[in-house]
Amino acid sequence: MLLNQFLLLAAILFSIGVYGVIVRRNGVLVLMSIELILNSVNINLIAFSTYHGLGGQVFALFVIAVAAAEVGVGLAIVLLIYRNRRSVDVDALDELKG
Amino acid sequence: MWFLTHTWILPALMALSFVLILLFGKRLPRKGSEIGVVAVAICFALSLVTAGSWWNHINSDHSESEHAAGETLGTGSAVAAEHLEEPDPAAFDDVQDGCSRVVDEGAVGEHTEEAGHSEGSDEEHSLALTPGENASGTAPPAAGASQAEEGEGHATTKPVVRCAQWFPMGLEGSTTITVGTMVDGQSVFMLFVVSIISLLVHIYSTDYVNGDRRYTHYFAFLSLFTASMLFFVLSQSTIQMIVGWELVGVCSFALIGHWWEEKPNSDAALKAFLTNRVGDMGLLIGMTVLYFAADRSFSILDINIMAAEGEISHGLLLLASCCLIAAVMSKSGQFILHTWLPDAMAGPTPVSALIHAATMVVAGIYLVARLYPVFFEGLSIAGSSVNLLAVVGATTAMFGAFLAFVQKDVKKVLAYSTVSQLGFMVTALGVGAWTAAMFHLFTHAMFKACLFLGAGSMSHACHHSFNMVDDYGGLRKIMPRTFWTFIIATGALAGIFPLSGFWSKDEILAGTGSFVGAEGANGTYHVMLAMLVIGAFGTAAYMTRAIWYCFFGEYRGHGEPHESGPRITIPLIVLASLGAVVGFLNLPKEIGPISFPESLHTQFEQFVEPVGRYFPEISHASFNIPLALFSLAVAGLGVLLPYLYYWKGGLAPLRNLSERNALARVGKTVLVNKYYFDWLYTDVITGFVKGPLARAANWFNAHVLDAIVNGVGKGAVLTGRFVYDNIDQEVVDGAVNAAGTTASETGGVLRHLQSGRIQQYAALFFAATALLAGVFVVAAG
Repeated sequence: MLLNQFLLLAAILFSIGVYGVIVRRNGVLVLMSIELILNSVNINLIAFSTYHGLGGQVFALFVIAVAAAEVGVGLAIVLLIYRNRRSVDVDALDELKG
Repeated sequence: MWFLTHTWILPALMALSFVLILLFGKRLPRKGSEIGVVAVAICFALSLVTAGSWWNHINSDHSESEHAAGETLGTGSAVAAEHLEEPDPAAFDDVQDGCSRVVDEGAVGEHTEEAGHSEGSDEEHSLALTPGENASGTAPPAAGASQAEEGEGHATTKPVVRCAQWFPMGLEGSTTITVGTMVDGQSVFMLFVVSIISLLVHIYSTDYVNGDRRYTHYFAFLSLFTASMLFFVLSQSTIQMIVGWELVGVCSFALIGHWWEEKPNSDAALKAFLTNRVGDMGLLIGMTVLYFAADRSFSILDINIMAAEGEISHGLLLLASCCLIAAVMSKSGQFILHTWLPDAMAGPTPVSALIHAATMVVAGIYLVARLYPVFFEGLSIAGSSVNLLAVVGATTAMFGAFLAFVQKDVKKVLAYSTVSQLGFMVTALGVGAWTAAMFHLFTHAMFKACLFLGAGSMSHACHHSFNMVDDYGGLRKIMPRTFWTFIIATGALAGIFPLSGFWSKDEILAGTGSFVGAEGANGTYHVMLAMLVIGAFGTAAYMTRAIWYCFFGEYRGHGEPHESGPRITIPLIVLASLGAVVGFLNLPKEIGPISFPESLHTQFEQFVEPVGRYFPEISHASFNIPLALFSLAVAGLGVLLPYLYYWKGGLAPLRNLSERNALARVGKTVLVNKYYFDWLYTDVITGFVKGPLARAANWFNAHVLDAIVNGVGKGAVLTGRFVYDNIDQEVVDGAVNAAGTTASETGGVLRHLQSGRIQQYAALFFAATALLAGVFVVAAG
């Protein structure tokens, strides 16, 4: 089944993304892991669009656009953090600790 | 007639003078005295014209009744026109019609309801009936040949009453308090007395208090006093009387304390004022009783008519009379409230003459005379032989005369003399000799003012001392004018024929009706006659003693005394002349074989005495020659004994009697201590109030009232503490704290969730999402 393989690929990508988001210390890599999660979702949307019409593909296009914007903002934040602290270590950014 | 309806001008003028002196007096060349003198001179002239108008009024009443009625209506038209605009019928009230004794019931209604000037219709009735009633009823048998004349002349006197609404009172304005003028012989003659004495005192004062530091203030208060007294004597309602009464009291207070820098003077002023307050309670209660007794009317005329016609119960009248007698006792210096009067001599001498001899102190006499039906009916004066008024008066007359013997201060001698003479007047009122009381008031005002002003003149010469025993003596040659006026006034006071005091005092003695052969009196007051005779003897004796100390012997003071200036001596001469001759104004109808023509006898009586339904039918004692000779002999004896004692050095057994005889010593001690009345008031009564009573009140306050207050306070504190400890602290604070603690501890637990590490959040987020996804899958499956 072609769909199963797509879904399996998406699940693997998603898991790798989640792993990266939770475990990696480098802020840039966290952003990249988020990209992986979004792209795994895109694969899912496109795979399902084969059976349910073109809505999934359109939605995937929006996700790509939003992801591009998000990465833009996210990289700007990371860049500013790096300028201030000479580091992009996410673990060190715990000023909001209660 | 115009002057009778516009008498309000007199007090208004004096009040205006008071204001002007206060405002501008200090800037004027004579410091305001000229305003006072001019105002009072105008008042005096007006009072003379008013007296003339009244004389015409009473004489035209019976001879030209038609004309008089027309005139009354004519002059009343202006008032009547105002009356039309005024819905309340009591707003303007001319009660001339309410005076006739015999009117039908309709006229009574007319009197009370129609306020206008419905006069004249009853005129013929009263003319026809009153003389007949006089003749058949209580008319004096001694009236003799001229009785018919007298009856007609006294058919009825019509008081001219004008008033304005002051303010309504009571439910739906059922009672209107009015202020106005009630003009009849009594008030007209008082206008004359007050204004002439006031005029002479004003003139005298310009010299006597010259250079005083409160010269302007002094004249302002003389004006205010005159205004108050005129206001009082013209009173139309009892409320107005109370106001005038208090006003003269206030002026008296201010003038007694004129030199208040010295403590005794301000004490005397306070004493006068406070003693009068005691009597004022009686006045207020008495007037209130009369108000309710007279069917809620303050009008003097209403009260008099109702009292005279027996429409008020005897008990109420008796109660009102007794209360009012208390007021008379305080204002007119009757025992036992007389003690303020001698102390009031602390004021300037002209004030003593004006207020404490001639005018203010007779306010009490005037009050009784004004409301005479109340006393006449309430005390059952006619046909009786003892009543409260007569007892008070006779006691005062006798004991007051004794007190004058032991005084060193000439003004105090005169003060006790005033007390005693006022006693004569009260007695006269008490025994029904109304006219005699008024006549004595009149004559007494003249000669007593003269005596006081004479004493002031001597003091003016002798370095402002009044101590005749230590500082006077031998002034006869130095001050001849003062001496002769003083002698004449003393003669009048002692009742020496033919000076004025003889006639008035004799009328009073005859009025007691208890002398053998005396006829026509209202009752037989034996005890009063005896006391008055003793008082008359004392009067002659203490005045002779005073004359010895003042004018004879060697001068005992220091410096060079001198006769006073004309502004002092001229009033003395005027008063002495008047004091000598005014007695002829009320000559009896006949003295033994001598009959006086109608135009000479009883002129004063015809002028002053009201006749009509608003006045009791008093009768008049006839002149009694034995009584006159007897009283003359008593007065002569009163002069003779001191003459022998002082001038001739006789009566040796009497000298230093008080040092040898225990009884005399006790008597003298009692007299020197003024019967211990001051001791009674200041030490016993005030002392009791100040001492044991105040301490008891203080103990009660400290132990009972304070204990209650403290107990309540302690209870409140305990309750508060209980509430604080148990409810506030435990329940309310516990709830608040519990809420806070819960929030805090919850926060403590939850704060660990917020680590600040973004990846932990993400892990939680994914875990929760996975969990929820699992739940959805299970739930959806």
